[in-house]
Amino acid sequence: MIFFGITVISFSVIHLAPGSPTDLQTTMNPLASTDAKDRLEKLYGLDKPLHVQYVQWIGRLARFDFGRSMSGDFRPVWDKIKERLPLTFGMNAASLILTLFIAIPIGVASAQFKDGVFDRVSTVFVFIGFAIPGFWLALLLMYGLGIYFPILPVSGVVSLDYDSLSPLGKLLDIARHMAMPIFIYTFGSLAGMSRFMRAGMLEVLRQDYILAARAKGLPLRAVIFKHALRNALLPVITILGLSVPALIGGSVIIESIFALPGLGQLFYNGVMARDYPLIMGSLVLGALLTLAGNMLADLAYGLADPRIRSGRKNA
Amino acid sequence: MKRGLLSGRTFSRYGMLLAGASLVGIMSICALLAPAIAPFDPTELNVDMILSAPSLVHPFGTDALGRDVLSRMLYGARVSLWVGFVAVGLSVAVGLVLGLAAGYFGGLVDEVIMRGVDVMLCFPSFFLILAVIAFLEPSLLNIMIVIGLTSWMGVARLVRAETLSLRGRDFVLASRVAGAGPARIIFSHILPNALAPVLVSATLGVAGAILVESSLSFLGLGVQPPTPSWGNMLMEGKNVLEIAPWLSFFPGLAILFTVLGYNLLGESLRDVLDPRLKE
Repeated sequence: MIFFGITVISFSVIHLAPGSPTDLQTTMNPLASTDAKDRLEKLYGLDKPLHVQYVQWIGRLARFDFGRSMSGDFRPVWDKIKERLPLTFGMNAASLILTLFIAIPIGVASAQFKDGVFDRVSTVFVFIGFAIPGFWLALLLMYGLGIYFPILPVSGVVSLDYDSLSPLGKLLDIARHMAMPIFIYTFGSLAGMSRFMRAGMLEVLRQDYILAARAKGLPLRAVIFKHALRNALLPVITILGLSVPALIGGSVIIESIFALPGLGQLFYNGVMARDYPLIMGSLVLGALLTLAGNMLADLAYGLADPRIRSGRKNA
Repeated sequence: MKRGLLSGRTFSRYGMLLAGASLVGIMSICALLAPAIAPFDPTELNVDMILSAPSLVHPFGTDALGRDVLSRMLYGARVSLWVGFVAVGLSVAVGLVLGLAAGYFGGLVDEVIMRGVDVMLCFPSFFLILAVIAFLEPSLLNIMIVIGLTSWMGVARLVRAETLSLRGRDFVLASRVAGAGPARIIFSHILPNALAPVLVSATLGVAGAILVESSLSFLGLGVQPPTPSWGNMLMEGKNVLEIAPWLSFFPGLAILFTVLGYNLLGESLRDVLDPRLKE
């Protein structure tokens, strides 16, 4: 049902737009004849009524056939997307893991010492983290670590001499190139995640069972890490699932700044070239990934919390 | 995700309100008075002063065409705030209408609207905005419309929830018994009582819209040069990052302070307006 809505919106966004997708190759190209335009439209099926086009498109979508790209090398869209997924996915996964490792201790500590110095400092940091534009942070880092103190490369995935490096050198080379983009991804999600962790801990620490654990003489350390932390982690699962769209959106900016050949850059290039099949395919894929993120979050939540499994089925 | 940023308050709420209001106030004054206080014409070229570093005459330096960065930033404030307000106005209007309708009428209307919200929330909004912008002219008006039309879902959910809880209250029932029609009940009883959370969400929304506009402009798909916007100034700065880093510094700082201001204001408003959060 939601899938149907997603496809309708992706499809209409493109087709409600003025101008024809073949304009760039025909009308704007003095060498092309009107005849060529007709032939191109026939090739992409653009001469048929909209609902026929939609049904054909859905039919192909079900077979992961997103059509052929209209720019660059004219290869099938799905092939282009497939080869770029690992980079985007890998960077996001790495930064999410890093985020969790930093955000959980920060959240726990600021909940434990609520209103203390650490809590105040981290609150200021969170507000700045929410307000700082990722691309500006990227520019500052590029200048600081790439130009003023040139210790990290500012673009691409590997260096020019990549092929001549030893296996360890190759790994190090990729790591150096990934350091800044992953730092920026991580910084972007850190503020929200640590705040979420803090709120979760505060909520749990108020509960009676925490008081009971303290009352029966358990040391504070055991109460926090065994009783409180495990329960406070539950909402974090949800947030992980819900952060998928923000990460996908962020990849457009970060990948185009650092010239990383990932999904975001592919989409950006597609937008610049008005590559209709590519844009539609990426939009649907982005929405499906978001949907999958939500469903995984629900599933994981159910696994982690037995109370959910019996209860709300329709969430 | 930002909901309850302040829950378990760390700083005094009036301190935050004051900080947020001052930042927002300063930026608004800059935007309003830009023509009066800008030392130079923001589009005036000066070939003798290309890429000059910050100095007494040009406190924030000049750009690749010799234009004064400070003056361009002051005019850029107009663009950012204008986009923020119009986009949020639009999203609040759409969200209010749909949220009120879904909450008040329930049934099929509710079902259709809320499934629509679910679908819209599935799209990574920045992807959707980029796709639409790519096919329309990236003009100021189009940017405001597109940002507005892709950010109403939160308001719609909020208003629906408020409407659902208000609909069954005694004062609404009393009004219905007295013979009031749906229009009167919605607009004079439910709407005014549902406005407080909307105000909070709108304030935070302005911050979000400003960030989106600057990202779009930074990618070259937002406000088009020569009209200055903080985002496209940073885009131009990126090309000369090595020789003129000041171009990449000051506009970003302006974005940071403006967004920070609206977030602080929104969060402290939530704290003041929402009695459920009071401890």
